[in-house]
Order: sequence, then C-alpha cells, then structure tokens
Amino acid sequence: MVTTPKSSDQSAKDTIVFSVNGRRVAVSASPLERLSRVLRGDLGLTGTKVGCDAGDCGACTVLLDGEAVCSCLISARQAEGHEITTVEGLQQRLPFGARLQQSFLAHGAAQCGACTPGMLVAATALLDKNSNPSEDQVMDGIGGVLCRCTGYRKIITAILEAGSIAAPQASPRAGAAVGKRLVRIDGKKKVEGTEIFGADEVPAGALVVQAIRCPYNRATFRFGDVEAFIRDNPGIHGVFTAKDVPGKNCYGVIALFADQPVFPKNEALFRGEPVAAVAGEVEAIESLDPARFPVTWDQLPALEDIDAALSPEAPQLHANREGNVLVRGRVVRGDVDSAFPQAAVLAEGAYETSFVEHAYIEPEAGFARRVEDGIEIQACTQSPYMDRGDIAAILGIPPERVRIIPTAVGGGFGSKLDLSVQPLLAVAAWHLGKPVRMVYSRTESIRSTTKRHPARIRLRAGCTRDGKLLALDFAADFNTGAYSSWGPTVAARVPVHASGPYYVPHYRALTRAVHTHLVPAGAFRGFGVPQAAIAQEQLYDELADRLGMDRLDFRILNALDESTPTVTGQLLGDASGFRACLEALRPKWHVARKHTAEFNSKAAGSLRRGVGIAGMWYGCGSTSLPNPSTMRIGLKRDGRIALHQGAVDIGQGSNTIISQICADALGAPLDRFDLISGDTSITPDCGKTSASRQTLVSGRAVQMAATQLRTAILGLARVCKDATIQFGEGSVIVYKNDQAHEIILSELPLDQYGYVITSETTFDPPTSPLDQNGQGTPYSVFGFGAHMVEIEVDTELGTVRVLKVTAAHDVGRAINPTLIEGQIEGGVAQGLGMALMEEFFPGRGENLHDYLIPSAGDIPPVESILIECPSPIGPFGAKGIGEQAVIPTAPAILNALHDAIGIRVTKIPATPDRVRAAILAAAEKKGKRG
Amino acid sequence: MGLYLRPTTLDEALRLLAQEKAQILSGGTDFYPSLGDRPMREPVVDISGLGALGEISVEAHQIRIGGLATWTKILQTPLPRCFDALKGAARQVGSIQIQNRGTVAGNLCNASPAADGVPPLLVLDPEVELVSQEGTRRIPLAEFIVGNRKTQRRANEILTGILIPRTLDDAASTFLKLGARRYLVISIAMVAVVLQVDNSRIADCRVAVGSCSAVAQRLHGLERALIGSSIGSSVRDGLGGRAKVEHLAALSPIDDVRATGKYRLDASLTLVRRALDSCLGNC
Repeated sequence: MVTTPKSSDQSAKDTIVFSVNGRRVAVSASPLERLSRVLRGDLGLTGTKVGCDAGDCGACTVLLDGEAVCSCLISARQAEGHEITTVEGLQQRLPFGARLQQSFLAHGAAQCGACTPGMLVAATALLDKNSNPSEDQVMDGIGGVLCRCTGYRKIITAILEAGSIAAPQASPRAGAAVGKRLVRIDGKKKVEGTEIFGADEVPAGALVVQAIRCPYNRATFRFGDVEAFIRDNPGIHGVFTAKDVPGKNCYGVIALFADQPVFPKNEALFRGEPVAAVAGEVEAIESLDPARFPVTWDQLPALEDIDAALSPEAPQLHANREGNVLVRGRVVRGDVDSAFPQAAVLAEGAYETSFVEHAYIEPEAGFARRVEDGIEIQACTQSPYMDRGDIAAILGIPPERVRIIPTAVGGGFGSKLDLSVQPLLAVAAWHLGKPVRMVYSRTESIRSTTKRHPARIRLRAGCTRDGKLLALDFAADFNTGAYSSWGPTVAARVPVHASGPYYVPHYRALTRAVHTHLVPAGAFRGFGVPQAAIAQEQLYDELADRLGMDRLDFRILNALDESTPTVTGQLLGDASGFRACLEALRPKWHVARKHTAEFNSKAAGSLRRGVGIAGMWYGCGSTSLPNPSTMRIGLKRDGRIALHQGAVDIGQGSNTIISQICADALGAPLDRFDLISGDTSITPDCGKTSASRQTLVSGRAVQMAATQLRTAILGLARVCKDATIQFGEGSVIVYKNDQAHEIILSELPLDQYGYVITSETTFDPPTSPLDQNGQGTPYSVFGFGAHMVEIEVDTELGTVRVLKVTAAHDVGRAINPTLIEGQIEGGVAQGLGMALMEEFFPGRGENLHDYLIPSAGDIPPVESILIECPSPIGPFGAKGIGEQAVIPTAPAILNALHDAIGIRVTKIPATPDRVRAAILAAAEKKGKRG
Repeated sequence: MGLYLRPTTLDEALRLLAQEKAQILSGGTDFYPSLGDRPMREPVVDISGLGALGEISVEAHQIRIGGLATWTKILQTPLPRCFDALKGAARQVGSIQIQNRGTVAGNLCNASPAADGVPPLLVLDPEVELVSQEGTRRIPLAEFIVGNRKTQRRANEILTGILIPRTLDDAASTFLKLGARRYLVISIAMVAVVLQVDNSRIADCRVAVGSCSAVAQRLHGLERALIGSSIGSSVRDGLGGRAKVEHLAALSPIDDVRATGKYRLDASLTLVRRALDSCLGNC
C-alpha cells in the first residue's frame, strides 16, 4: 500500500500536536517553522531565547523527550508527538528543575539572563543523567550554551551545588543591605524565563520591519520601482527610505559629532548599513528575499584600513573631517623628548588589536507604536534618555513626545548605547500608524552594530637605573569605521589612561580616531583602555626584565600614591587602592612563579607554563563632561517606598545595587521597596549605563535622595537624626529615645507624583575640563586592579590554556560582593577572548561559529580579591567595577605568554597560528645567531 | 514556496525524491543554519520519520551506521576499538545539543571540509549506501565526497547507511581535533589514525587529515612507509617521529578566519605525530 505522506505547503499551516511542560498543545504552524518560533510565537513561551538560529549559542535549548536540543534546529513537524520541556516547565520538573533555579539565584549565576534559560535546561538534562557530576562533566553539559556575562564559573558552581543549596536568604534588617551577598532583585524572573527582553513582547497587530542593507563596504545606490514592489508583494505595507525621515536624518551618541543617517540618501559607507526599511505582515516579511528588493548598487573602492584612510589620495568620508581623522586626543606632561636621554633603560613596542564583537546573547530587538502625535519605543537599550533625544530629532518632535521603555537587556557591553532598531521602527511606526516590531538576526547584529576599535599602538618608555619610570611616549590610531559613534570618547579616554596607574613624570600620549569604510567602532567595555593596556603593560614588563627587576616589584615601586600626580596632574589622595591590589597578589605571585619554574624545569614535552601580571586603572563616568543621574523616591500612603530607578540594568546588577544603597541610606528594609525601573515617562534620567558610572553616580544620587527622604520623615515626627524609622502598614513610626512618634500616612496629602513625600536629587560627579595639554581632573573617582594569570602553552601547536586568574580589585566598598565577583569573572572571560581568540573580519564570519567567544570550557577558576579603599565621593565609598574587570586580563595573559616561552605576539588576538609563527620565528632567529 | 513532505517509509521518501528536486532535512543541524535569513523556496523532504534508519547494527562482516544515526547514538552504542576515533569525533561535534540531533550521514552529505565525521570514517575504509527508486549503489567514502560541499549523491538518492568492514576491529584508533576554543568549535585541523600492530610489526595503519584540504585526505604515503615496518624503538621513542612534512603532500590548506594555511600544515604534522604515538601507546 502506498500511503500519502503528510504534505503541505511550507507557508501553509498544519495542526501540530505535541506536549509542552506536561500539557498537550495543538498549534497551527508551518511544518518547517523552527520549533523555537512556535514556542515563542504561537505558545507565548518566550522564556526560550533565540540568539543565533544556527545552533551556535544554545540559548534556545529545550528538552525533547528529556534530551537537550536546540529548538532553532527542529522543525515544528519534528516535534509532533514528543514531549518538550522549556524553562517555564522547570519549576515543576523533579527532581532538579527548581533546585537548579534556586542554586542559580543563590550563586549569582544569572546576570543579564539571556543565556540562563538555555543553561538551566542543559543543566537539567545533565543532572537527570548524572546527579553528581564532576566539574568537567558540568562543562561538557553546558558547553553548548554560550554566555557573555558571567564567565561561566558561577554557573558551573551553581550546577555542582544544586543538590545542596542553603535555605533561601532572609531579607536583611534595615540598614544592613550594603555589603551583603543579596540575591539579585530581578533574578527570579531571569531563572523562571519570565523576564521581558527586546523580542519578548509583541503588540497586537504589529507589522514586522526588515532592513535592506548595503552588501558592499562602499556603494552608491538607486532605487527601482518601489511602488511596484509594494504592489507585487501582498502583505507589504510600506517601504521607507531617506526621504521618509520626518525630522533630521542624522543621529549620533555625541551630539557634536552626530553623522549617521537613518538611511543614507545615495551612498552607503559600510557593509550592512541600512538604506531602506520594509514593513509588512509577518508572512510577507518572512517570505521576502532581500536580494529581490528593487535597488541597484554601484560598488566603489573602499578604505578598508587605517593606512588607506590616512593616505593623501584617500577619499574623505565626511566633508568636515580632513584626512579622515574624526578626532585627536592629547595628554602631555613634563618633557618626554628631553627625559629619554636621562633614562638608564629603554623599551619600545608596537601592537595591533582587532575588531571585537560584543556578542551579547540577545540580538537587538524591540517595537514602536505611534501614540497620537508622539511615539513609544520599547527596546533593549543602555541609554533610554539618549535614545529619546535622538528619536525626537529624527521624527522632528519634542523629546517629551517620545517615550522610551527599556526592556531587560540581554547583554550590552557598550554596543546597546547606540541606536540600532529604534530609528527604523520610529520612522515606520510614525508613517504607518500601526505598531511595528523588529528583531535583528545574529548576522544582522554582527554586521551592522558597533565593535571594539582596532588599535595600532606605538610606544616607548624609559626608567632610571633603580626602576623609577621616567617617560612614556605613546601614540595610537583607532579604526573608528564609517560613523563617529563613540570614537571621540575612545580617542579622549585613552591618553588619560595610557600610563596605567603609575607615576610617569614625562608623558606624551597622542591618539587619532580614523574613519574607514567599515562597520562603526563604538563603545565596548573600557572605551579603548583595554587596547592601550595591552601595549603599556607588556612594555613595563620589558623594562622590568631589562633592569633584572621582579615585574611585580617594578609595578609596586611605580604605583601612584598620595603624593604623585596622574598624567593629567590629578592627585588621588588616599583613594587609590592600586598598591594594595598589587600587595595582595604578592604572596600568590611568588608561589605561582615558583610552581611555574618547577614545572618548566621538569618539562620534557611541548608544554610550558608562564605567569603574567598586569595592572589597571579606570576613571568612572564621562571624561571631564557632566554626566548627572537623577533619582526619585516616594513614600506611599501604604507605608511602602517607590524607587524610581532609571539606571538601566544590563545584567551588571544596578537594580539590586541601587536598591541596597537606597535601603541603607533611608534605614528601611529592602522588602519595603517597590522598584520602578527605567521608562522615560516615569523615571528621571540616570544617564547611560556605561563608563562604570551607575554604582558611583546613580548610587550616590539615590543615597542623597534617600537621606533627604529620611530627613523629611524625621521632620514630620519633629525629631532630628539618630532616630529609627519603622515602615508599617499605612504608617511610619519614628523611635527616638524610647519615644515612638507614629505618622498616619493616609491622613497626609499627596504631592504631584502621588506620594506623601517625594525626594528627588541629582548627582553629577565633580570633574574639571582638560586644558590643551590634557591637564585637569577628568574623573572624580578611579577604580583600580591587577590580574595575575597562569597559563600553559603547547609550543608545538601554539595553543594557550589559561589555568588560573587571580584578580585583585579596589572597589571602594563592595555593595554586593556576589555581583562584583560576577563582573570580575565576566570581565576576565572577555579579556581572555580578546587576548586569545576574538577577531571580527568585516564581511566574513558574521555568525557565532566563525566569530568565537570563550565557551564554558575555556574559562579557568577565577579568584577575586576585593580591596576596599573607600572613595570619598562614591556611595558608602563605592567605585565602579564593570569596565575595570576586563582591562588587565589580556595584558596579563600576554605577559604570561612571554614568561612561558619568551615571545611577544604583536597582533592581537594571540591565536594558535600567530603564537606558533612567533615561536618558529624566534627559533629561526636563535638558530641564525647560534 | 515549495512543499514540505515527511514520509514515514523509505519507499515513500524515494518516490517523493523521484518526483521533486527537493532538499533533504534530517537532524536539521546543517539544514537550518544554511537557510540564514532567506526563505526556503525548494521543496523539503524531511526524512527524520524513517525511524529504522536510526539504528547501528553490528553484523558478522560489517557494521552499519544507519542514515539517521545521530552522534549520540554512536556514543551510546558499544563498538569495536577501531571506532574510538569516531567516538572521539562524536564527543567533539558542536555540542551535546548538536550531537543529539545531527546525524553522521548528514555530516557526510553536507561535505564540509571541516566535517568532523570524515577523517575517523575515512580510516575505516567504509562504503556509503545510496538508495533511489532506481536501485541501490555503494560507493567508497573516499570517492563519495568529491569537493567542498560536493558529493556523488544524486538528488533522488538517500544515504541510507555507512558500511564499515570488520577488518580492523581490534586496531587502536585516535581522533585529535584542534580548535581555538573547547566547545562549539569548527576545527582548524583534525587527524584520525587507526593502527594495528602484530608481533611488533605494523600490520595496518591509516591516517586521515581534515580541514586541510577541500576534502579530508588519507596520507597514503605515510601509511605505506609505516605498514610492514617494525615498531622497534618506537615503543620508547614514539612512532610520530617517522611522519615527515613530505607525507603531507596530499594536503592543500587555505587561509581563513580560523588560521593560516601554513599553520594548518605545521599543526597537522604535529597532530599526526601525536595521534600515531597515542595509538601505539594503546596497542
């Protein structure tokens, strides 16, 4: 008998029956549809995340009959008759689901939360088979899920300890939140898969926007018959190009340098630049082949590197930027040229770094809708108020008519400071009057969003016979790509930091950000300082080696102290914990050096070990520019406190940190607070989540607001300080000298915000402008740190395995040690990736299998040492940690590489082929000499 | 927009493939990534419902890996020692999620130069079984893959099995994969070796290198140099030292985002040496 197989048109929908989380479901779906889309779209189970649609990231991992699978690689039809388990079903899944969720919370294993569902599901599959796995088995179990925030170590610990988690934490008593390892406030949603990210909400009837992007590094273009295209493609509602931008067709994160069009008029300046947006119904967009869009391209010769861009014949990308130089940076102190002849020992070097992709697990996504004469945009962003300003200008409306609702951000690291989906959504929604949504594919995200600047650095340093640094001459060019983005910030920040946290009396640092026809380089954790540290920290090792001095001792000898000014002439007083960081590493350094030497003296095969160290400093907040945060808290009639917290939490933990600071400054227990997070209509401006500024700036603002609210409450009770406030149901009781003053809140009038008392304060960290030599006070607070890295090199293959990282950081005051360790471990992972594997080649490898970020098996144990050298400005003495954490890892690894085998790889990352080539070149040189 | 068909018997599947020039979907681990952002316009025949093809059968003279057998199935099935290299590859393909869905046959049909399954199978001298309505044919794996993503499979054929002769059951075998990270990694170079030693002589030795040419290559020159020779002092000094750069003549590695061609050649010699030594150590 010949049966007719189930056949259907791919776009036609079939009824498909399977079971999800123990519930039988029947969905109407195209049989070829990816299961991930059926789960998210048809069933509303948005806990399953989509990060790549290619099996490269594992974010969409679900269980199919108990086995971990990528739901992006399974057709709807293939799921028929099977049992699917998603993150939403873990709580009920015995015995490990709920325990894993609890353990992830307790160990701080979820940061942004985008990989968390996939991690939890993969871990469930592992524990179901093996309830007592080894660390290696845990790594194998989660090796298929990438994480960009945590550095994996807390995830591994959480899985290893899922069987033995302690009872849930009690909320700390009033005044005892700061310094506690509190579970992150938004953690529960992240482990349950209920957190809303950019792609997780879709307004009813939303159309989908698809960008038409330039396929060349540079091209002019002409549109064909767009009207006919719309007519011939049912379901397409509109096509938008430069002529449809109602306001200013130009935006940029720094107003002075704004140069990026929503759509260029006739020339696209980088591969991936959108020239048009098509809006239509889901099916119409899904069946749209962008290659069939009516546009004709004329490819033009492109400037693909710094040399080409600086050559006198080079075409100029932007009319007012001669020689394609976007901006120059300069810090000069003392007299470098006359100092070098005085130096007893000199060292010089040249280093080149690569484009680095942020590779957050959540691609850019969001939706927009027109609300009368205004617009609302809900999207993942690090900077809602900046988005508001730019969108208002693009639409030609006042900022008050733009509402930005940030979703949870599935990793940002700087790139989600820039606009991505928002301008296209805004223009389309404005014209169509219907809600529109857009979700970047991984390819689109990698192709079109900002990168870390490739740097080309030359530097020379000299010191005295007794090891005192005398002079540093530093020059760096940064490939800033086609548009300005954060190029000016990188060029300005690097000269201020390129000395490292050391006293250098004679100093010259000159930088340029140079335009090319490549994807714009922007902000990425550290704004150029990680690149500079790679060069400077390796050079200081060279000086120490030439002096025959211990590399750690050399750094301690030169560390900035109370009496020595920075290269901008700033005195840091006693707020520098850099020397304390180095001293904390000293005993470990000696042990590691000894063990390494022992290993190498016995090594017969190809393995050699090395130990490296590198220091770091990083100024918190914008460089010599105002960057205020405003916090509002309100006492409600029910006795609870509303905290309007606009510091966007991109996984680093500002929701939790700000709450902890607020609670202790007010003297109220944490569970009395109602957190109202970033939405430009209901939270004041807390600036952008970047530059390691939220704990310092927004934290200080909330501390001031809470102190002010406390004073106001005491005023109502007519007592002055040294009282205790108890926040009850509908009342507040103030205790002073055994006297209780009860304030019945329901009897008090409400203010304009609907609160009994509102307290709103703004804090802007005190800085001063830099003069023409870069002298002044660029930052009010610096964070400091040093990493020690132990590695093993396979000299025959050029592969490097990092064995251990010991990270000492001066955080001023550890508001939440678990979250700080999370930042450090995540920073280490990104630093390791930058040192050893991460290199984006524009036009090639726009995916997560060619562009490699570290996987669970690549990150060694990280020991964090928290030094608390309080800042007089930060809340409770706190300093930033986000960017500080990434800076020293890469130079420490590269110094360890030199320690192990005596080579320096000058083009970063030190991939196996580059390491091996350097080994062979060194051997050849030695052979010739011998 | 084409059709989506999910036959439940091989006969149906073959009939459909005879009618339509269709793309075959099985484990989906190559099918979906290759779609990218583009809509699917060709008809799709989803063969994942042909359950019987998922088996691995150990027969008297051959071992048959069914056309739907996954990497996980390879790992779960007791197999002779000469399959250790294939199991090693199975453990390192993508991730557990990929291993649970991806099939060995699909890996061969996709014919990536970096296909993890090719070197460890090449050293077992298997044939692939291709079935169409016109009949069944068997082609040596070495001839089946003809280029980068090119095979001899005709559009109307299904690769129903990989047939491995049981001539080397007890030989030691090793698979080494070199990549820039631990998991989810496409190899820079990889090597599979099987080695059979009888009475201190190398009775058989096969070496294959992947990711260093459009199609993974056997190093026949090296094999010939080793077969029949006495292992002699190699027990102490290792066998790897007998592999020389001239044995790599069959390779033609290219520069790409993962590594330079020059490095690939250099690293593959190291991997070959290590794999030989490792096998000898296990003999």
